[in-house]
Amino acid sequence: MITVKGLRKRFGDAEVLRGIDEHVEQGEKVAIIGPSGSGKSTLLRCLNLLETPSEGEVWFEGVQLTAKNTDVDRLRRKMGMVFQHFNLFPHLTVRKNITLAPVLLGLQTQAEADENAGRLLKRIGLTDKAAEHPGRLSGGQKQRLAIVRSLAMKPDVMLFDEPTSALDPEMVGEVLDLIKELAAEGMTMIMVTHEMGFAREVANRILFMDEGVIVERNTPGELFGRPQSARLRDFLSKVL
Amino acid sequence: MWLELQWRNFSDQFYDNFIKDNRWRYMTNGLVNTLTITVVALALGLAIGFVIAYIRVTHDNTGKLRPFNSIARLYLTVIRGTPALVQLLFIYFVIFANSSLPKILVAALSFGINSGAYIAEIFRGGMMSVDKGQSEAGRSLGLNYGQTMWRIIMPQAVKNALPALGNEFITLLKETSIAGFVAVQELTKGADIIRSRTYNAFMPLTAAAVIYLGIVLILEKLLGALEGRLRRSDHR
Ligand SMILES: Nc1ncnc2c1ncn2[C@@H]1O[C@H](COP(=O)(O)OP(=O)(O)OP(=O)(O)O)[C@@H](O)[C@H]1O
Ligand SMILES: [Mg+2]
Repeated sequence: MITVKGLRKRFGDAEVLRGIDEHVEQGEKVAIIGPSGSGKSTLLRCLNLLETPSEGEVWFEGVQLTAKNTDVDRLRRKMGMVFQHFNLFPHLTVRKNITLAPVLLGLQTQAEADENAGRLLKRIGLTDKAAEHPGRLSGGQKQRLAIVRSLAMKPDVMLFDEPTSALDPEMVGEVLDLIKELAAEGMTMIMVTHEMGFAREVANRILFMDEGVIVERNTPGELFGRPQSARLRDFLSKVL
Repeated sequence: MWLELQWRNFSDQFYDNFIKDNRWRYMTNGLVNTLTITVVALALGLAIGFVIAYIRVTHDNTGKLRPFNSIARLYLTVIRGTPALVQLLFIYFVIFANSSLPKILVAALSFGINSGAYIAEIFRGGMMSVDKGQSEAGRSLGLNYGQTMWRIIMPQAVKNALPALGNEFITLLKETSIAGFVAVQELTKGADIIRSRTYNAFMPLTAAAVIYLGIVLILEKLLGALEGRLRRSDHR
Protein backbone atom coordinates (compact mmCIF):
# COMPACT_ATOMS: atom_id res chain seq x y z
CA MET A 1 0.00 0.00 0.00
CA ILE A 2 2.82 2.39 0.89
CA THR A 3 6.32 1.93 -0.41
CA VAL A 4 9.34 4.08 0.35
CA LYS A 5 12.50 3.78 -1.72
CA GLY A 6 15.85 5.38 -0.96
CA LEU A 7 14.20 8.24 0.92
CA ARG A 8 16.48 11.04 2.06
CA LYS A 9 15.56 14.36 3.63
CA ARG A 10 17.88 17.27 4.30
CA PHE A 11 17.12 20.47 6.18
CA GLY A 12 19.89 22.76 5.02
CA ASP A 13 23.11 20.92 5.86
CA ALA A 14 21.54 18.48 8.28
CA GLU A 15 20.55 15.13 6.76
CA VAL A 16 17.63 13.97 8.87
CA LEU A 17 16.62 10.91 6.84
CA ARG A 18 19.56 9.00 5.41
CA GLY A 19 18.15 6.36 3.11
CA ILE A 20 14.86 4.76 4.15
CA ASP A 21 13.41 1.71 2.36
CA GLU A 22 10.16 0.29 3.68
CA HIS A 23 6.93 -1.27 2.55
CA VAL A 24 3.62 -1.28 4.40
CA GLU A 25 0.89 -3.73 3.38
CA GLN A 26 -2.81 -3.05 3.55
CA GLY A 27 -4.16 -3.78 7.02
CA GLU A 28 -0.76 -3.59 8.70
CA LYS A 29 -0.27 -1.65 11.91
CA VAL A 30 3.25 -0.31 11.99
CA ALA A 31 4.69 1.51 14.97
CA ILE A 32 7.76 3.72 14.65
CA ILE A 33 9.86 4.14 17.77
CA GLY A 34 13.23 5.72 18.43
CA PRO A 35 15.00 8.48 20.33
CA SER A 36 14.05 12.12 20.02
CA GLY A 37 15.37 13.73 16.85
CA SER A 38 15.89 10.41 15.06
CA GLY A 39 13.62 11.47 12.19
CA LYS A 40 10.37 9.64 13.05
CA SER A 41 8.09 12.63 12.45
CA THR A 42 9.98 13.64 9.35
CA LEU A 43 9.55 10.15 7.88
CA LEU A 44 5.82 10.16 8.66
CA ARG A 45 5.42 13.64 7.15
CA CYS A 46 7.27 12.55 4.01
CA LEU A 47 4.64 9.84 3.48
CA ASN A 48 1.91 12.40 2.72
CA LEU A 49 4.38 14.97 1.42
CA LEU A 50 3.91 17.50 4.21
CA GLU A 51 7.68 17.40 3.90
CA THR A 52 9.13 17.17 0.40
CA PRO A 53 11.74 14.41 0.23
CA SER A 54 15.17 15.53 -0.95
CA GLU A 55 15.78 12.19 -2.68
CA GLY A 56 13.96 8.92 -3.20
CA GLU A 57 10.42 7.83 -3.92
CA VAL A 58 7.17 7.47 -2.02
CA TRP A 59 4.46 5.28 -3.53
CA PHE A 60 0.85 5.07 -2.35
CA GLU A 61 -1.67 2.61 -3.83
CA GLY A 62 0.41 2.18 -6.94
CA VAL A 63 0.95 5.90 -7.60
CA GLN A 64 4.26 7.63 -7.10
CA LEU A 65 3.55 10.60 -4.85
CA THR A 66 6.98 12.06 -5.50
CA ALA A 67 6.52 12.15 -9.29
CA LYS A 68 6.19 15.58 -10.82
CA ASN A 69 2.63 15.45 -12.12
CA THR A 70 0.97 13.54 -9.28
CA ASP A 71 -2.16 15.14 -7.84
CA VAL A 72 -0.97 15.01 -4.24
CA ASP A 73 -4.08 16.75 -2.88
CA ARG A 74 -6.25 13.95 -4.25
CA LEU A 75 -4.10 11.20 -2.75
CA ARG A 76 -3.94 12.94 0.63
CA ARG A 77 -7.71 12.51 0.94
CA LYS A 78 -7.04 8.81 1.43
CA MET A 79 -4.27 9.34 4.01
CA GLY A 80 -5.58 10.59 7.33
CA MET A 81 -3.13 12.30 9.64
CA VAL A 82 -3.35 12.89 13.38
CA PHE A 83 -0.99 15.38 14.96
CA GLN A 84 0.55 15.66 18.39
CA HIS A 85 -1.11 19.04 18.95
CA PHE A 86 -4.49 18.10 17.42
CA ASN A 87 -4.56 21.06 15.00
CA LEU A 88 -8.33 21.36 15.18
CA PHE A 89 -9.84 24.38 13.45
CA PRO A 90 -10.65 26.77 16.32
CA HIS A 91 -12.91 29.03 14.25
CA LEU A 92 -15.26 26.20 13.31
CA THR A 93 -17.73 24.25 15.40
CA VAL A 94 -16.97 20.67 16.36
CA ARG A 95 -19.36 19.43 13.66
CA LYS A 96 -17.93 21.78 11.02
CA ASN A 97 -14.43 20.55 11.83
CA ILE A 98 -15.58 17.15 10.63
CA THR A 99 -17.68 18.20 7.65
CA LEU A 100 -15.51 20.97 6.15
CA ALA A 101 -13.23 18.85 3.99
CA PRO A 102 -15.71 16.28 2.61
CA VAL A 103 -18.15 19.04 1.69
CA LEU A 104 -15.57 21.46 0.30
CA LEU A 105 -14.10 18.69 -1.83
CA GLY A 106 -17.52 17.75 -3.17
CA LEU A 107 -17.43 14.22 -1.78
CA GLN A 108 -20.57 14.64 0.32
CA THR A 109 -23.46 17.07 0.48
CA GLN A 110 -23.72 19.09 3.68
CA ALA A 111 -26.66 16.90 4.77
CA GLU A 112 -24.74 13.67 4.18
CA ALA A 113 -21.68 15.05 5.91
CA ASP A 114 -23.73 16.23 8.89
CA GLU A 115 -25.30 12.82 9.23
CA ASN A 116 -21.90 11.18 9.04
CA ALA A 117 -20.52 13.66 11.58
CA GLY A 118 -23.42 12.79 13.86
CA ARG A 119 -22.44 9.12 13.74
CA LEU A 120 -18.76 9.88 14.34
CA LEU A 121 -19.52 12.21 17.25
CA LYS A 122 -21.80 9.63 18.78
CA ARG A 123 -19.00 7.12 18.53
CA ILE A 124 -16.68 9.33 20.59
CA GLY A 125 -19.44 10.50 22.93
CA LEU A 126 -19.35 14.15 21.87
CA THR A 127 -22.83 14.42 20.40
CA ASP A 128 -23.82 17.22 22.76
CA LYS A 129 -20.72 19.26 21.82
CA ALA A 130 -21.46 19.33 18.09
CA ALA A 131 -22.39 23.01 18.00
CA GLU A 132 -19.57 24.19 20.28
CA HIS A 133 -16.10 25.28 19.31
CA PRO A 134 -13.21 22.90 19.98
CA GLY A 135 -11.65 25.34 22.45
CA ARG A 136 -14.13 24.07 25.02
CA LEU A 137 -13.01 20.44 24.78
CA SER A 138 -10.55 18.58 26.98
CA GLY A 139 -7.28 17.35 25.46
CA GLY A 140 -8.56 13.82 25.11
CA GLN A 141 -11.77 14.99 23.51
CA LYS A 142 -9.80 17.19 21.12
CA GLN A 143 -7.60 14.35 19.95
CA ARG A 144 -10.54 12.00 19.51
CA LEU A 145 -12.27 14.69 17.47
CA ALA A 146 -9.12 15.10 15.36
CA ILE A 147 -9.14 11.36 14.71
CA VAL A 148 -12.75 11.25 13.56
CA ARG A 149 -12.19 14.40 11.49
CA SER A 150 -9.70 12.32 9.50
CA LEU A 151 -12.06 9.34 9.44
CA ALA A 152 -14.74 11.48 7.81
CA MET A 153 -12.64 11.39 4.65
CA LYS A 154 -12.85 7.57 4.72
CA PRO A 155 -9.08 7.18 4.48
CA ASP A 156 -7.29 3.99 3.46
CA VAL A 157 -4.44 4.61 5.88
CA MET A 158 -4.05 6.63 9.06
CA LEU A 159 -0.80 8.30 10.09
CA PHE A 160 -0.40 9.14 13.78
CA ASP A 161 2.42 11.34 15.06
CA GLU A 162 2.62 10.85 18.82
CA PRO A 163 -1.13 11.27 19.27
CA THR A 164 -0.95 11.09 23.07
CA SER A 165 2.23 12.95 24.00
CA ALA A 166 0.50 16.30 24.47
CA LEU A 167 -2.17 14.80 26.74
CA ASP A 168 -2.50 14.71 30.49
CA PRO A 169 -1.86 11.14 31.66
CA GLU A 170 -5.48 10.52 32.63
CA MET A 171 -6.60 11.23 29.04
CA VAL A 172 -4.14 8.99 27.23
CA GLY A 173 -6.29 5.91 27.68
CA GLU A 174 -9.41 7.21 25.93
CA VAL A 175 -7.39 8.15 22.85
CA LEU A 176 -5.47 4.90 22.72
CA ASP A 177 -8.74 2.99 23.07
CA LEU A 178 -10.13 4.72 19.99
CA ILE A 179 -6.98 3.93 18.01
CA LYS A 180 -7.17 0.30 19.13
CA GLU A 181 -10.76 0.16 17.90
CA LEU A 182 -9.67 1.40 14.50
CA ALA A 183 -6.91 -1.17 14.44
CA ALA A 184 -9.39 -3.92 15.26
CA GLU A 185 -11.60 -2.77 12.40
CA GLY A 186 -8.75 -3.39 10.00
CA MET A 187 -7.52 0.16 9.37
CA THR A 188 -4.00 0.36 7.99
CA MET A 189 -2.00 2.47 10.44
CA ILE A 190 1.44 3.93 10.81
CA MET A 191 2.04 5.45 14.21
CA VAL A 192 4.96 7.22 15.78
CA THR A 193 4.68 6.63 19.48
CA HIS A 194 6.48 6.76 22.80
CA GLU A 195 3.92 4.40 24.35
CA MET A 196 5.82 1.11 24.22
CA GLY A 197 3.02 -0.89 25.80
CA PHE A 198 0.61 0.41 23.20
CA ALA A 199 3.04 -0.33 20.35
CA ARG A 200 3.51 -3.87 21.62
CA GLU A 201 -0.22 -4.45 21.92
CA VAL A 202 -1.47 -2.89 18.69
CA ALA A 203 1.36 -3.05 16.15
CA ASN A 204 2.08 -6.14 14.14
CA ARG A 205 5.42 -4.65 13.14
CA ILE A 206 7.74 -2.14 14.79
CA LEU A 207 10.40 0.01 13.17
CA PHE A 208 13.21 1.29 15.37
CA MET A 209 14.79 4.46 14.01
CA ASP A 210 18.00 6.14 15.04
CA GLU A 211 19.93 8.95 13.35
CA GLY A 212 17.83 8.96 10.21
CA VAL A 213 17.85 5.26 9.40
CA ILE A 214 15.67 2.28 10.31
CA VAL A 215 18.04 0.30 12.48
CA GLU A 216 15.72 -2.64 13.20
CA ARG A 217 12.32 -3.82 12.02
CA ASN A 218 10.53 -6.74 13.59
CA THR A 219 7.42 -8.09 15.26
CA PRO A 220 6.82 -6.62 18.71
CA GLY A 221 7.69 -9.90 20.41
CA GLU A 222 11.03 -10.23 18.62
CA LEU A 223 11.95 -6.56 18.72
CA PHE A 224 11.32 -6.14 22.43
CA GLY A 225 12.32 -9.71 23.33
CA ARG A 226 15.51 -10.09 21.28
CA PRO A 227 16.90 -6.71 20.26
CA GLN A 228 19.77 -7.25 17.82
CA SER A 229 21.65 -3.97 17.90
CA ALA A 230 23.37 -2.22 20.77
CA ARG A 231 21.49 0.97 19.91
CA LEU A 232 18.08 -0.65 20.30
CA ARG A 233 19.14 -2.38 23.54
CA ASP A 234 20.35 0.97 24.83
CA PHE A 235 17.09 2.69 23.78
CA LEU A 236 14.90 0.00 25.33
CA SER A 237 16.82 0.08 28.59
CA LYS A 238 15.95 3.76 28.87
CA VAL A 239 12.26 3.62 27.97
CA LEU A 240 11.09 0.32 29.42
CA MET B 1 -23.48 88.70 35.83
CA TRP B 2 -20.16 87.63 34.37
CA LEU B 3 -21.56 84.24 33.59
CA GLU B 4 -24.52 85.75 31.83
CA LEU B 5 -22.20 87.85 29.71
CA GLN B 6 -20.19 84.80 28.78
CA TRP B 7 -23.33 82.92 27.86
CA ARG B 8 -24.59 85.78 25.72
CA ASN B 9 -21.20 85.92 24.05
CA PHE B 10 -21.21 82.18 23.44
CA SER B 11 -24.70 82.07 22.01
CA ASP B 12 -23.92 85.02 19.72
CA GLN B 13 -20.88 83.23 18.44
CA PHE B 14 -22.81 80.02 18.09
CA TYR B 15 -25.45 81.85 16.08
CA ASP B 16 -22.83 83.46 13.87
CA ASN B 17 -20.94 80.28 13.20
CA PHE B 18 -23.64 77.72 12.79
CA ILE B 19 -27.14 79.22 12.48
CA LYS B 20 -26.67 82.31 10.35
CA ASP B 21 -26.91 81.60 6.62
CA ASN B 22 -27.41 77.93 7.50
CA ARG B 23 -23.68 77.58 8.12
CA TRP B 24 -24.22 74.34 10.01
CA ARG B 25 -24.66 72.81 6.60
CA TYR B 26 -20.91 73.12 6.04
CA MET B 27 -20.48 70.85 9.02
CA THR B 28 -23.17 68.29 8.15
CA ASN B 29 -22.27 68.14 4.46
CA GLY B 30 -18.63 67.92 5.48
CA LEU B 31 -19.42 65.06 7.83
CA VAL B 32 -21.30 63.18 5.11
CA ASN B 33 -18.35 63.63 2.73
CA THR B 34 -15.85 62.56 5.38
CA LEU B 35 -17.81 59.40 6.11
CA THR B 36 -18.31 58.66 2.42
CA ILE B 37 -14.60 58.98 1.66
CA THR B 38 -13.71 56.87 4.70
CA VAL B 39 -16.11 54.04 3.90
CA VAL B 40 -15.27 53.88 0.19
CA ALA B 41 -11.54 54.08 0.94
CA LEU B 42 -11.82 51.41 3.60
CA ALA B 43 -13.64 49.03 1.25
CA LEU B 44 -11.03 49.63 -1.43
CA GLY B 45 -8.20 49.34 1.08
CA LEU B 46 -9.53 46.02 2.39
CA ALA B 47 -9.80 44.64 -1.14
CA ILE B 48 -6.30 45.78 -2.10
CA GLY B 49 -4.86 44.70 1.23
CA PHE B 50 -6.39 41.24 0.95
CA VAL B 51 -5.00 40.64 -2.52
CA ILE B 52 -1.54 42.02 -1.75
CA ALA B 53 -1.27 40.02 1.48
CA TYR B 54 -2.35 36.85 -0.33
CA ILE B 55 0.29 37.41 -3.00
CA ARG B 56 3.04 38.13 -0.49
CA VAL B 57 2.27 35.17 1.77
CA THR B 58 1.76 32.75 -1.12
CA HIS B 59 5.07 33.81 -2.61
CA ASP B 60 6.85 33.37 0.70
CA ASN B 61 5.21 29.97 1.31
CA THR B 62 5.44 28.42 -2.13
CA GLY B 63 7.78 30.56 -4.25
CA LYS B 64 4.97 31.11 -6.75
CA LEU B 65 3.60 34.45 -8.04
CA ARG B 66 7.06 35.95 -8.29
CA PRO B 67 6.23 38.81 -10.71
CA PHE B 68 3.12 39.75 -8.73
CA ASN B 69 5.15 39.70 -5.57
CA SER B 70 7.64 42.17 -7.06
CA ILE B 71 4.81 44.51 -8.00
CA ALA B 72 3.28 44.15 -4.55
CA ARG B 73 6.57 45.01 -2.87
CA LEU B 74 7.07 48.05 -5.09
CA TYR B 75 3.56 49.23 -4.23
CA LEU B 76 4.18 48.76 -0.50
CA THR B 77 7.50 50.58 -0.63
CA VAL B 78 6.19 53.57 -2.56
CA ILE B 79 2.96 53.99 -0.62
CA ARG B 80 4.50 53.55 2.81
CA GLY B 81 7.52 55.63 1.93
CA THR B 82 5.73 58.79 0.78
CA PRO B 83 3.30 61.14 2.58
CA ALA B 84 -0.40 60.56 2.05
CA LEU B 85 -0.79 64.22 1.10
CA VAL B 86 1.76 63.92 -1.70
CA GLN B 87 -0.05 60.82 -2.95
CA LEU B 88 -3.37 62.66 -2.87
CA LEU B 89 -2.03 65.68 -4.75
CA PHE B 90 -0.28 63.44 -7.26
CA ILE B 91 -3.37 61.36 -7.94
CA TYR B 92 -5.58 64.45 -8.17
CA PHE B 93 -3.37 66.78 -10.18
CA VAL B 94 -1.37 64.30 -12.25
CA ILE B 95 -3.19 61.04 -12.76
CA PHE B 96 -6.75 62.36 -12.76
CA ALA B 97 -5.88 65.86 -13.98
CA ASN B 98 -8.12 65.64 -17.03
CA SER B 99 -10.77 63.35 -15.70
CA SER B 100 -14.35 64.25 -14.96
CA LEU B 101 -14.62 61.94 -11.96
CA PRO B 102 -16.14 63.62 -8.91
CA LYS B 103 -13.44 65.03 -6.63
CA ILE B 104 -14.72 63.09 -3.69
CA LEU B 105 -14.28 59.83 -5.57
CA VAL B 106 -10.74 60.68 -6.58
CA ALA B 107 -9.97 61.44 -2.94
CA ALA B 108 -11.54 58.15 -1.80
CA LEU B 109 -9.47 56.32 -4.42
CA SER B 110 -6.30 57.95 -3.15
CA PHE B 111 -7.02 57.11 0.48
CA GLY B 112 -8.02 53.58 -0.49
CA ILE B 113 -4.76 53.00 -2.35
CA ASN B 114 -2.89 54.45 0.61
CA SER B 115 -4.59 52.42 3.29
CA GLY B 116 -4.44 49.25 1.16
CA ALA B 117 -0.70 49.13 1.80
CA TYR B 118 -1.10 49.30 5.56
CA ILE B 119 -4.00 46.85 5.56
CA ALA B 120 -1.94 44.44 3.44
CA GLU B 121 0.77 44.35 6.07
CA ILE B 122 -1.83 43.95 8.82
CA PHE B 123 -3.39 40.97 7.00
CA ARG B 124 0.01 39.49 6.29
CA GLY B 125 0.90 39.65 9.96
CA GLY B 126 -2.45 38.08 10.80
CA MET B 127 -1.86 35.22 8.38
CA MET B 128 1.65 34.57 9.62
CA SER B 129 0.43 34.45 13.20
CA VAL B 130 -1.84 31.47 12.43
CA ASP B 131 -0.16 28.29 13.66
CA LYS B 132 1.58 26.26 10.96
CA GLY B 133 -0.29 23.17 12.13
CA GLN B 134 -3.51 24.70 10.83
CA SER B 135 -2.43 24.64 7.22
CA GLU B 136 -0.86 21.19 7.70
CA ALA B 137 -4.17 19.88 9.03
CA GLY B 138 -6.01 21.39 6.07
CA ARG B 139 -3.57 20.01 3.51
CA SER B 140 -3.51 16.58 5.14
CA LEU B 141 -7.29 16.38 4.68
CA GLY B 142 -6.77 16.86 0.95
CA LEU B 143 -7.65 20.55 0.69
CA ASN B 144 -5.51 22.40 -1.84
CA TYR B 145 -3.48 25.50 -1.05
CA GLY B 146 -6.22 27.97 -1.96
CA GLN B 147 -8.96 26.13 -0.08
CA THR B 148 -6.78 25.91 2.99
CA MET B 149 -5.96 29.58 2.72
CA TRP B 150 -9.53 30.82 2.31
CA ARG B 151 -11.36 28.48 4.64
CA ILE B 152 -8.83 27.89 7.40
CA ILE B 153 -6.08 30.50 7.47
CA MET B 154 -7.91 33.67 6.38
CA PRO B 155 -10.79 33.53 8.88
CA GLN B 156 -8.33 33.16 11.73
CA ALA B 157 -6.02 35.78 10.26
CA VAL B 158 -8.83 38.33 10.05
CA LYS B 159 -9.71 37.65 13.65
CA ASN B 160 -6.09 38.11 14.69
CA ALA B 161 -5.85 41.29 12.66
CA LEU B 162 -9.05 42.86 13.91
CA PRO B 163 -7.55 45.20 16.53
CA ALA B 164 -4.98 46.53 14.06
CA LEU B 165 -7.66 46.87 11.37
CA GLY B 166 -9.77 48.90 13.79
CA ASN B 167 -6.83 51.22 14.34
CA GLU B 168 -6.37 51.59 10.61
CA PHE B 169 -10.06 52.47 10.24
CA ILE B 170 -9.70 55.22 12.83
CA THR B 171 -6.47 56.52 11.29
CA LEU B 172 -8.14 56.61 7.90
CA LEU B 173 -11.11 58.57 9.21
CA LYS B 174 -8.85 61.27 10.60
CA GLU B 175 -6.54 61.27 7.60
CA THR B 176 -9.38 62.18 5.25
CA SER B 177 -9.09 65.67 6.72
CA ILE B 178 -6.33 66.38 4.20
CA ALA B 179 -8.83 65.98 1.33
CA GLY B 180 -9.47 69.71 1.73
CA PHE B 181 -6.19 70.25 -0.12
CA VAL B 182 -7.90 69.18 -3.34
CA ALA B 183 -10.99 71.24 -2.55
CA VAL B 184 -13.12 68.39 -1.26
CA GLN B 185 -15.45 69.85 1.35
CA GLU B 186 -15.12 67.29 4.08
CA LEU B 187 -15.57 67.99 7.75
CA THR B 188 -12.31 69.86 8.39
CA LYS B 189 -12.66 71.92 5.23
CA GLY B 190 -16.26 72.72 6.21
CA ALA B 191 -15.09 74.03 9.56
CA ASP B 192 -12.37 76.03 7.86
CA ILE B 193 -14.84 77.63 5.47
CA ILE B 194 -16.93 78.77 8.42
CA ARG B 195 -13.78 80.19 10.02
CA SER B 196 -13.01 82.18 6.88
CA ARG B 197 -16.53 83.64 6.94
CA THR B 198 -16.78 84.46 10.63
CA TYR B 199 -13.11 85.04 11.49
CA ASN B 200 -13.76 82.82 14.49
CA ALA B 201 -11.51 79.76 14.56
CA PHE B 202 -12.40 78.40 17.97
CA MET B 203 -16.04 77.52 17.41
CA PRO B 204 -15.96 75.65 14.10
CA LEU B 205 -12.68 73.83 14.78
CA THR B 206 -13.86 72.74 18.22
CA ALA B 207 -17.06 71.48 16.66
CA ALA B 208 -15.10 69.51 14.05
CA ALA B 209 -12.79 68.05 16.70
CA VAL B 210 -15.75 67.00 18.86
CA ILE B 211 -17.41 65.29 15.90
CA TYR B 212 -14.22 63.38 14.97
CA LEU B 213 -13.75 62.38 18.57
CA GLY B 214 -17.35 61.26 18.86
CA ILE B 215 -17.10 59.02 15.79
CA VAL B 216 -13.80 57.56 16.97
CA LEU B 217 -15.29 56.75 20.37
CA ILE B 218 -18.29 55.08 18.76
CA LEU B 219 -15.99 53.06 16.45
CA GLU B 220 -13.85 51.96 19.37
CA LYS B 221 -16.94 50.78 21.22
CA LEU B 222 -18.24 48.85 18.22
CA LEU B 223 -14.86 47.24 17.52
CA GLY B 224 -14.45 46.31 21.16
CA ALA B 225 -17.84 44.62 21.15
CA LEU B 226 -17.03 42.76 17.93
CA GLU B 227 -13.69 41.54 19.27
CA GLY B 228 -15.31 40.39 22.48
CA ARG B 229 -17.87 38.39 20.54
CA LEU B 230 -15.27 36.74 18.36
CA ARG B 231 -13.08 35.93 21.35
CA ARG B 232 -15.94 34.28 23.18
CA SER B 233 -16.75 32.10 20.19
CA ASP B 234 -13.43 30.26 20.37
CA HIS B 235 -10.85 30.15 23.04
CA ARG B 236 -8.43 27.44 22.22
N1 LIG C 1 11.50 22.02 9.41
C1 LIG C 1 12.70 21.69 9.92
N2 LIG C 1 13.78 22.46 9.69
C2 LIG C 1 14.99 22.13 10.19
N3 LIG C 1 15.24 21.03 10.92
C3 LIG C 1 14.20 20.21 11.18
C4 LIG C 1 12.88 20.50 10.70
N4 LIG C 1 12.06 19.51 11.11
C5 LIG C 1 12.83 18.65 11.81
N5 LIG C 1 14.11 19.07 11.85
C6 LIG C 1 15.22 18.36 12.52
O1 LIG C 1 15.25 17.05 12.04
C7 LIG C 1 15.59 16.15 13.07
C8 LIG C 1 14.56 15.06 13.15
O2 LIG C 1 13.33 15.64 13.54
P1 LIG C 1 12.02 14.79 13.77
O3 LIG C 1 10.98 15.74 14.21
O4 LIG C 1 11.74 13.98 12.58
O5 LIG C 1 12.45 13.85 14.97
P2 LIG C 1 11.58 12.86 15.83
O6 LIG C 1 12.20 11.54 15.73
O7 LIG C 1 10.15 12.98 15.43
O8 LIG C 1 11.79 13.41 17.31
P3 LIG C 1 10.73 13.56 18.50
O9 LIG C 1 10.65 12.22 19.15
O10 LIG C 1 11.38 14.56 19.40
O11 LIG C 1 9.44 14.03 17.93
C9 LIG C 1 15.71 16.97 14.35
O12 LIG C 1 17.07 17.19 14.58
C10 LIG C 1 15.01 18.25 14.00
O13 LIG C 1 15.60 19.33 14.70
MG1 LIG D 1 8.40 13.82 16.33
